[in-house]
Amino acid sequence: MLLIKCPYCEEERPEIEFSYAGEAHIVRPTDPSKMDDTAWAEYLFIRDNTRGVHYERWYHIHGCARFFNAVRDTISDKFIMTYKMGLPRPADVEIAKVKE
Amino acid sequence: MKNFRKTGRGRIRRARLISFTFDDRQYQGFVGDTLASALLANGVHLIGRSFKYHRPRGFLGAGSEEANALVTFDRGPGRVTSNVRATTLELFDGLVAYSQNNYPNLKFDLGAINDIFSMMFPAGFYNKTFMWPKSFWDKVYEPVIRKLAGLGPAPTEADADHYASLYGHCEVLVVGAGPAGIAAALAASEKGDRVILADEQNELGGSLLSNPEARIDGQLAWQWLDKSLETLWLRKNVTLLSRTTVIGYYHDNFLGLVERLTDHQGDINPASPRECLHRIRAGKVILAAGAIERPLVFAGNDRPGVMLASAAQTYLNRYGVAVGDNVAVFTSHDSAYETAFDLSDAGVKISSIIDLRADVSEILLQQAHERGIAVLTGTVVCGTKGRLRITGVRVAKFQNQKVSNGTEHIACDCLLMTGGWTPSVHLFSHSKGSLKWQDDIGAAVPDMANENTLSVGACNGTFGLSAGLEEGSIAGGGGNPFRTEETEFGTGQTWQTLPTNRDPSRIKAFVDFQNDVTEKDINLAVLEGFKSIEHVKRYTTTGMATDQGKTSNLNAVQIASKAIQIPVQKIGLTTFRPPFTPTSFGALVGHRADDLFDVTRKTSIDGWADDNGAVFEPVSLWRRARYFPQGNEDMHAAVARECKATRNELGIFDASTLGKIEVVGPDAAKFMNLMYTNPWTMLAIGRCRYGLMLHEDGYIMDDGVIGRLADDRFHVTTTTGGAPRVLRMMEDYLQTEWPDLNVWLTSTTEQWAVIALNGPHARKLLEPFIDGIDLGPEAFPHMAVREGTIFGVETRLFRVSFSGELGFEINVPAHYGRALWEKLFNAGKAYGITPYGTETMHVLRAEKGYIIVGQDTDGTITPDDAGMSWAIGKKKPDFVGKRSLARADIQAPGRKQLVGLLTTDPNIVLEEGAQIVATPGQSVPMTMIGHVTSSYWSTTLNRSIALAVVKSGRAQTGSNIYVPMPEKTHEAKICATVFYDPKGERLNVV
Ligand SMILES: [Zn+2]
Repeated sequence: MLLIKCPYCEEERPEIEFSYAGEAHIVRPTDPSKMDDTAWAEYLFIRDNTRGVHYERWYHIHGCARFFNAVRDTISDKFIMTYKMGLPRPADVEIAKVKE
Repeated sequence: MKNFRKTGRGRIRRARLISFTFDDRQYQGFVGDTLASALLANGVHLIGRSFKYHRPRGFLGAGSEEANALVTFDRGPGRVTSNVRATTLELFDGLVAYSQNNYPNLKFDLGAINDIFSMMFPAGFYNKTFMWPKSFWDKVYEPVIRKLAGLGPAPTEADADHYASLYGHCEVLVVGAGPAGIAAALAASEKGDRVILADEQNELGGSLLSNPEARIDGQLAWQWLDKSLETLWLRKNVTLLSRTTVIGYYHDNFLGLVERLTDHQGDINPASPRECLHRIRAGKVILAAGAIERPLVFAGNDRPGVMLASAAQTYLNRYGVAVGDNVAVFTSHDSAYETAFDLSDAGVKISSIIDLRADVSEILLQQAHERGIAVLTGTVVCGTKGRLRITGVRVAKFQNQKVSNGTEHIACDCLLMTGGWTPSVHLFSHSKGSLKWQDDIGAAVPDMANENTLSVGACNGTFGLSAGLEEGSIAGGGGNPFRTEETEFGTGQTWQTLPTNRDPSRIKAFVDFQNDVTEKDINLAVLEGFKSIEHVKRYTTTGMATDQGKTSNLNAVQIASKAIQIPVQKIGLTTFRPPFTPTSFGALVGHRADDLFDVTRKTSIDGWADDNGAVFEPVSLWRRARYFPQGNEDMHAAVARECKATRNELGIFDASTLGKIEVVGPDAAKFMNLMYTNPWTMLAIGRCRYGLMLHEDGYIMDDGVIGRLADDRFHVTTTTGGAPRVLRMMEDYLQTEWPDLNVWLTSTTEQWAVIALNGPHARKLLEPFIDGIDLGPEAFPHMAVREGTIFGVETRLFRVSFSGELGFEINVPAHYGRALWEKLFNAGKAYGITPYGTETMHVLRAEKGYIIVGQDTDGTITPDDAGMSWAIGKKKPDFVGKRSLARADIQAPGRKQLVGLLTTDPNIVLEEGAQIVATPGQSVPMTMIGHVTSSYWSTTLNRSIALAVVKSGRAQTGSNIYVPMPEKTHEAKICATVFYDPKGERLNVV
């Protein structure tokens, strides 16, 4: 069972308090009606399914009930970092620094 | 019966003899024995029959790695456990155990014919032999295999025991209480850190328990052990857990430990849990799991009496039992000599030491010579003799990589073997640590850790007492305070299949004893094209038995490596997975059995329903009254009565389980516009609207009636099961897509009790008790909500209906639910009030064509498919799911649409889920055009009704479709979804 640091509670809590919420940084288009079917399908269905560093969302469902973002290595299952919703996707250099 | 007990040896308590039975025969032993040691003390080596060939088998080891000695442990009804390792089963007075996998008995087993016809059971025999014909599988192969091959029988009764579970935290968890683990715990606990030391055995001490002559700091091993354990025991920050197996090592230093509490006790104390699962989160994990001795792979290495050398040493030094009178030792490693010398010193005759190696240390040869033991160097065992017990071995000279032709017979009643040592890296592997091959010991050892963990002692490939103590102490944060006097642990060679002078195709040299996999099977698998070790494992089943190949994996890997011609360090190891040893379901279930299996949510009115004979059904986590039978009524009769009463007079229904979410804030209406298909801006305060929620993919997710209480406040209701996912989706969009909206969401499902009154008399009953609300039909129309009081208690009163009758839903604070229900029920007797349950609710709503999300929809139904295009706010620029409704696929003709069905025979109630076809009598497979979603007997209409989804269904209104069932094909006509009161006049009965 993973330990996950909620960036809002600022605490490491066990995985059972959380719920996975899919890939992160997929922004809902501001005007979906302007999109063609292909672009809409891309937004709706297509996900990276990364092997390695993965940007993903978690929901502190049995805690503060906030959604937040995380960077996790899907091979080792290790969390590299978590950060608040709305913050930009951390750059590779930042991730490399934390990994050190 | 001959007694093999040696006086003056062992840790057993000899003060009192205790009795036990094995296969209905009575034996005697001591407290401190295992079933294995006690049987060996009585000269019993034959303990079971092998899995596939039913060959007689004896004890291979003395610990949890045991592959052969599986027995059924019988403590009475509900307490029968099969496949228990006799080597870890602690003896108590009155213990009862049975051998397994034999018929009619252990000494004469019909299944042993499999041994003679073993060419029928090569590698992959399940895959090859039992493919055809298909019908044979159920009737012939399966039952026969079940009877002849297999382990012990599964229990037939419910488990009579109960189980506990605990969470725990510590700075350091030490796994294994051998010398390295104890040294680690001593050092780690010195400064006050919380330390847990766990060991699977009944006594802490590990290898020290089998080596009383070893000396640490000038003390004999057992003295040092007592003193060290006392030191640990006295430290408040240390927890010592014996009989506790670390079954799994999971993410972020989270480990599962199963502590066995009662299996070793003679009397069953029903108050005590049988086992306790500890879930431990540790700062650091020190693995001191030791090593497992490896068998040698030669013809007849599975005969009863052939066992691991270290096991014989344990039986002698820990249990005071000699494994035989005339013992031969076969080895490629120095460590076996110590066992031979211990046995010799205890007065057991060592017939000879057979060493594969040409060069053996002078010191060992000297020590053997002093004891008068013959050592045959450069010699190999080519076969064993004996049926139910070994009587001798055939040996031949092995020099310059060649086995000579002549063989010599050496008599013995026991053959000890050592093929090297395998570090126990199982838990390290669970934690996703990587392994590296270490050539000098011919085994894999921990390499890169994935967690904060250190491996110490033999499990790290560090052999010998002094090295283990040092590594343990340093890992625990200490220095190396220990002085030892020991002879070197020694070295050895590892082998694959041993060389032989016999025809290799005519011998059976076992690799995996428990699954009966021979060296030939592995070679055959490679010959047939399996090149990956994971495939070889699955094809031959090597390492897949309940011991997960603890004694066999390394031999299997080395044999496969040679056959595939890939160096062993490149071929990799098969993956170890939890649990380390077989674990009871009870331990994993813990307290969550029977009534505590799952949460049962109950409404505040549930007690009344229970008192009044309701039959309940689970609806998501809730239990809901399904119907209220009177006298001898069955469900059909009760539902018919409840429906009739509600349509004609008055029904009362507990609707408290409806999901409720309060949506509040200046942007509440804007948010509702985005979350639901319907328009909300213009909804007047005090009015309600049916809301439809879609997933972003355009399919219906949930529905419910929503009331507007103020400009900035909505009372949202959801389906009973849907409340958590609706709230989650709302939170998701609010927090991550529209965080600028000023809206607050609160789950209020459990804040309100909801009583639904339906029927022509509903208003008449309610009116006298309400204050602050005008219930008149104009002042309070259908689909309106008001706030006021009922019996002086605040209420949100909705005029809504899920039955088609005049209806009200009375929300009061949950704690008033039952009191209000009772008051209304008593007052309602004047109007023929009838309580009804979910079944009647379903029939009434189906008569009106109201859908149930999740029953009439299945995650592929759009609003238009469900005939609810009217619920879509056409002018809204956006809402969740809107864009998807414009996708070509969803606009395409031929989608399944919700329709009503009336069977030609009105007495036929179709089966829900039944498939629909356009024409009868098609050949199979027929072309299916839809399925029945809801189907009931309607008392109101005195006939059956059904809802269904049918391809282009609405355009086919009036046509017949067919529902093929095994007994008969039913005919039905497609009709509108509203069966009763299509104009909705009954909503407005005055
Ligand atoms: Zn939180």
